[in-house]
Amino acid sequence: MPTLWLVIALLALSALGFVLGRQRAMQSAGGDTRALHSLPIYYGLNVGLTALLPALAVLLVWLFAQPMFIENQISDMIPAELIPENSTRDLVMSDVRRVAAGLDLAVEQGALTETAAANLRAELTDVRARLGEIGVALGSDVRPEVLDAAQEYRKMTATGNTVMTIVVALLALGGLAVSYARTHKDYRARNVVEQGVLALLILAASLAILTTVGIVLSMLFETMNFFSLHQWVDFFFGTTWAPNFRGDSELSILPLLWGTLYISFIALLVAVPVGLFAAIYLSEYASNTTRSIAKPLLEILAGIPTIVYGLFALLTVGPLLAGMFAKGGLLGVEWMAGATSVLTAGVVMGIMLIPFVSSLSDDIINAVPQTMRDGSLGLGATRSETVRQVVLPAALPGIVGAVLLAASRAIGETMIVVMGAGAIAKFSLNPLESMTTITTRIVSQLTGDTDFASPETLVAFALGLTLFVLTLGLNVLALYIVRKYREQYE
Amino acid sequence: MNDMTFVERTVDTRQTKIAAKNVQVYYGETHAIKDVNVEIEDKTVTAFIGPSGCGKSTFLRCLNRMNDTIDICRVQGDILLDGEDIYDKRVDPVQLRAKVGMVFQKPNPFPKSIYDNVAYGPRIHGLAKNKAELDEIVEKSLRRGAIWDEVKDRLDAPGTGLSGGQQQRLCIARAVATEPEVLLMDEPCSALDPIATAQVEELIDDLRQRYSVVIVTHSMQQAARVSQKTAFFHLGNLVEFGETGQIFTNPEDPRTESYITGRIG
Amino acid sequence: MTDHSQSPDTQPSKHAGSLLSPSPGTIKRNRAEARFKGYGIAAIAVGLLMLLVLVFTIVSKGVGAYTQTFITLDVELLESKLDKKGNRNLDDIKKVTTFGYAPLIKNAFATKLEELGLETDLKAKDQAKIVSKSAAAQLREYVIANPDMIGKTVTFKFLTNSRVDGYMKGRVSRESIAKDKSISVAQLDFVDQLVAAGVIKKTFNLDFILGADASDQRPEAAGMGVSMVGSLFMMLVVLALALPIGVAASIYLEEFAPQNWLTDIIEVNISNLAAVPSIVFGILGLAVFINYMHLPTSAPLVGGLVLTLMTLPTIIISTRASLKSVPPSIRDAALGVGASKMQSVFHHVLPLAAPGILTGTIIGLAQALGETAPLLLIGMVGFIASNAPDSLSSGLLSPNSAMPAQIYEWAKRADPAFYERAWGGIIILLVFLVTMNTVAVILRRRFERRW
Repeated sequence: MPTLWLVIALLALSALGFVLGRQRAMQSAGGDTRALHSLPIYYGLNVGLTALLPALAVLLVWLFAQPMFIENQISDMIPAELIPENSTRDLVMSDVRRVAAGLDLAVEQGALTETAAANLRAELTDVRARLGEIGVALGSDVRPEVLDAAQEYRKMTATGNTVMTIVVALLALGGLAVSYARTHKDYRARNVVEQGVLALLILAASLAILTTVGIVLSMLFETMNFFSLHQWVDFFFGTTWAPNFRGDSELSILPLLWGTLYISFIALLVAVPVGLFAAIYLSEYASNTTRSIAKPLLEILAGIPTIVYGLFALLTVGPLLAGMFAKGGLLGVEWMAGATSVLTAGVVMGIMLIPFVSSLSDDIINAVPQTMRDGSLGLGATRSETVRQVVLPAALPGIVGAVLLAASRAIGETMIVVMGAGAIAKFSLNPLESMTTITTRIVSQLTGDTDFASPETLVAFALGLTLFVLTLGLNVLALYIVRKYREQYE
Repeated sequence: MNDMTFVERTVDTRQTKIAAKNVQVYYGETHAIKDVNVEIEDKTVTAFIGPSGCGKSTFLRCLNRMNDTIDICRVQGDILLDGEDIYDKRVDPVQLRAKVGMVFQKPNPFPKSIYDNVAYGPRIHGLAKNKAELDEIVEKSLRRGAIWDEVKDRLDAPGTGLSGGQQQRLCIARAVATEPEVLLMDEPCSALDPIATAQVEELIDDLRQRYSVVIVTHSMQQAARVSQKTAFFHLGNLVEFGETGQIFTNPEDPRTESYITGRIG
Repeated sequence: MTDHSQSPDTQPSKHAGSLLSPSPGTIKRNRAEARFKGYGIAAIAVGLLMLLVLVFTIVSKGVGAYTQTFITLDVELLESKLDKKGNRNLDDIKKVTTFGYAPLIKNAFATKLEELGLETDLKAKDQAKIVSKSAAAQLREYVIANPDMIGKTVTFKFLTNSRVDGYMKGRVSRESIAKDKSISVAQLDFVDQLVAAGVIKKTFNLDFILGADASDQRPEAAGMGVSMVGSLFMMLVVLALALPIGVAASIYLEEFAPQNWLTDIIEVNISNLAAVPSIVFGILGLAVFINYMHLPTSAPLVGGLVLTLMTLPTIIISTRASLKSVPPSIRDAALGVGASKMQSVFHHVLPLAAPGILTGTIIGLAQALGETAPLLLIGMVGFIASNAPDSLSSGLLSPNSAMPAQIYEWAKRADPAFYERAWGGIIILLVFLVTMNTVAVILRRRFERRW
C-alpha cells in the first residue's frame, strides 16, 4: 500500500515540522516564552499543519480523481466494434480492471516480473491460466484488446502514483519550508492556526449541504437519463406498473404511490390513536413512577431495527392474518391469497410508529402551559374535559406536525414493506391484498443484475427522487408547523 | 384612596362559609402549612398576606383541592364548606371546584374565542338548557366581570388577543359564569399594570355582594384596599387573623407588625 | 370604595345539594372521565403488549438457533479412498473431492450400528442422508490439515441435516414431511433409534455465533460470525468519519457560525437530512460510491460511508444539544481571562460536553448498526460471505455482509430452517443494540451535569 506509506510519511514530516517550528520560535525568542506572540505549541502546530493539510487534501482529491481519469482514457482506447455483442463497455471495463488487478497480484507474489507482466501477449500466453494459478479466477479467456487495455491501465496507474507521490511530497516539503521560514517570535501563529481550524470546521459543516447536493444530483442525472428513454407522461400519469426486461415496459408511479399511501394510511390508523392516547395518559394522568417506566419501555419500540419489524411482518403477523382470512383459515373465508398484504405491512409499521407519535405528541402536549390546565381544572372541569377541550385544541397544530412527520416516516419506510407488503402493483381498496410501494420497487429494480442503460433500472432513480421530494416536502411542512407552534408558547 | 384609612363597613351577620381546622400540608418531606385554623365568611373579601413562600398560595389551593393535581402534596385536617368536609372521600373535586372557583396569578384565557372562554364552565357543568340561556349567562358573567362593554362587539375574537388586564377580567368572568359560591384569587393583579389593577380591585369589591372572595396578595396596600378580613401567614403558620382594620392598625403579633412595617418580607 | 348595603339579588344556587352526594351530571361526567382514562391506559397497554409480543416472538423463535443437533460418528479414514498412492502427497490428497469422502460416512454408520447392535431397514445411502451436506467437506478439511491421520479412525461430531435438527426441535413432525423429499418417516425412525442410543444429541452451537453463512442447501451450517465482522468494519468507518466530522460541524454551527443565510441553509439541511428515508442514502451510495467512484460492490467501506452520511445528522443534532447545555458563563469565564474563542471552546466547552457527545455517538452507531435498506442497494445482500477477512484492508474492501443484511438474506430463503437462523440473528443484533444503548444511558447518568 504505497498510499498508506505516503500518508505515514506525511504524518512523520508534519511531526518533524511541529518540533522544528517550536524550536525555531523558542530560539527567536531567546528561550523566553513570554517574548513570543503565541504559545510555543502554536508555532509547532502552524508548521506541522501547513506541511500536512494541503498535501493531504491534494492526496485525497487525487485518489478520487485518478481512477476516473484513467477509466475514461482506457475506455476511449477500446473501439466500439471490439465490444462483444450482449456486452457493454462497462462490462469490458470491469474485465480490464480484473485483469489489471490479477497482474498486480501476480507481480506481488513473484509469479511474474514487472517487465514480464507489461510484455505479456495474449496471443502467446494463456493469461487466464497464468492468473488462475495464483488464484485470480477470470470468467472467460482474456482477449488481446482487454489485456492491452489492462497493461495500459497498469502503466497509467503506476505513472499516476509516481506523479502523485512527487506532487504531494513537494507540497508537504514546500509548506514546511515556507511556514518554517515565517516562524518568528512576532509571528501570530495562534491566529493562523485558529483560522486553519475554523476552515476545517466550516468544511465539516458544509458536508451536510454536500450530501444533499449529492443526493439530488445523483438522482437527478439518472432520472433525466430515464426520461430520455421513457415518457414522463407515462411515469407520472400512467396507470400500469409492468416492468419487462425485454423492453417496452409500462412504468408508472401511480399504482406504487397508491400502495405506499394506503399502507401509510393504515399505519397511521394504528399509530396515531394509540400513540396519541399513550401520550395523553403519560403527560396528563400517569404518576412520575409510571411515566419513568412506561415511557422508556415504549421508546424501545422505536429503537428496534426495521429489519426486525420486517421479519415480524413476514413470519408472524402475515401468517397470523392468513390464518384468519385466507383459504382454510379460522373464519372460513378466502379473502387473502398469501401472507403479504397491505394490512400486514400497515399494522406492523403502525406498531413501529407508536413511540414516534407518542414521544412527539408528549413533547407537544407538555409545551401547553400548565396555567391553561389550572384554569380549566379550577373551573371544575374533569381532566378529560380539560384535555379534550383545552389542551388538545391548544396542541393541535403541533400534533398535526407530529402526524405529518410520522407519515413521512411511513412513506419512506423500506424493510417492512419489502418483507410484508408484496410485489403486485395495483389499485385496490382491499387491505387484505398484496400491494407494492415505491421503496419496494426501488429495492427490486436496483438489486440483482442491473443494467444502468435500461429504463427498468433507471426508473428506480426517478422513484427515489419522487420519494425524496415527497418526504422532504412533508418534513419541511411539519417542521415549520411545529416550530411555529413552539414559538407561540415561548 | 388613602391606604391607611378604613371605612367602617357594615358587619352584618355573616355566616361562616369555609372553616379550616388544624390543616397541615406536606410537599413530599416539606411541611408547608402548619396547623392552620381559619374561618372564612360569606359575602366577605378575605385577604391572605405574607412574605413569599409563606404558604398562602398553597393554603388557597387547598380550598378547592387544586393541590390534588400535584402528586407529592398531602393535606391533613378538616376543611369544611358549609359544614361539609371537602376532603371527604365521597366529595368529587370536580363538583367542589364548580362551587369554589379560582382565578390565577397569570391571566390564562384558553386559546378560544371570548364567548367560548366564558361559556366553557357553563357548558361542562350543563348549566344552560339552550343557546339563548347560554348567551344570557355569558353576557351576565361578562358584565359581572366588568368587561362586557369592551368585548361585546367581538365575542368571537380569541381571548388571547386581549390586553393583560382585560384577559384577567375575562378570567374572572369565566370563573363567575359557573355560579360559584366562593371565588379564590391567587395574586390576581401581580401580572397587571396599575390601571388594570385598579379596575380589577374595583371588580373584586363588587363581587363581594354575591360571593365569598378569598384573595392572596403580596401587596399589603391591596389587602387593605379590598378586604374586610385579613390573614397573615409566615413560614407556613397562620400568625394572625382578624378584621383588616384591626390587623393593619393594631396587630397583636410582633411578626405581623414587623411585616406590615416592612421589617420582614 | 362604595358601601354595598343593598341586598344581593337572590337566585337559587345552581349547585344545590350536598357535596357529599354527587349530582347526576357529575356521575355521568366521571364515567366519561374514567372511560377517557381507560383509553389512555389501553393505549399504553397496547404499546407495551406489542413490545412483549415482539420480544417473546424473537426469543421463542430465535433461541433454537443456538442449539444444534449433532451426530457423533467414528470415521475410518481409509487410505484406499483418500490417498491411493500412499505417499501422503498433499496435492494428491487435495484431488479427492468431497464426493470421495461420502462413502466413509456411510461406512461409519455401518460401524456404529454394528457397535450398538441396532437394526434398521434403511439403506446405507439414506442413513447417511441424515447427516448435513457439510459433513464431507468437514472431513476433507480435517484430512488436508492432518494428512498423517489417514488410515486411522477418528471420532467426528457432524451436523445433522436441518430436517433432523427441526425434528429434534419440534419444528418437523412425521405429518409435516409428507411431501418433503429430503427426509422420510423411515429416516425419522432411524433418528429416534440413534437418539435413544445417545449418538444424536442437541448441544449448544457456537458456530452459529462465530461461523460463516452457508449455501441455501445447508441451513444447519449457517452462522452470523462473518457478517458480524462486516458490521464491525462498517461501524469502524462510521466512527472514524462521523464522530470527528459531526463534532467539527457542530462546533462550527453552535459556536462560530454567524447568523446568515448560509448558516440557515446548513441548519435546515441537517434537520431535513435526519428525516430523509434511509433508502435514499442507499441510492446515493450506489450512484456515487459504486457507479461513479468504482469502489467495490458489497464492501464494508462503502456501507460504512453510506451509514456515515446517514448517521451524521443524528450525531450533529445530539452534539449541538450537549454543546448548548454548557452554560455561557463557562465561555465568558474563559474569554474573560484572555483565552481566544477557539481556546475557550476546545479547552472548556468541548470537554464539558464530551459525555453528551459520546452518548449521542453511541446512539447514532446503534441506529446505523440496525439499518438495512441502504445496504440492499450497495449489494451487501445476496451472496455468501464465507471467509472472515484477514487484514484491515481486506476487511474494508473485500465483499462482506452485515448483520441486518444477513438476517434479511436468511428471511428471503425458501427453506423454513433459515427462519430460525434469522430470529436467532436478531437476538445477536439486539444484544449489541441493548448493550450500546445501556452504555449510553449509563454514561448519561454517570456524567450528566445539571447546571
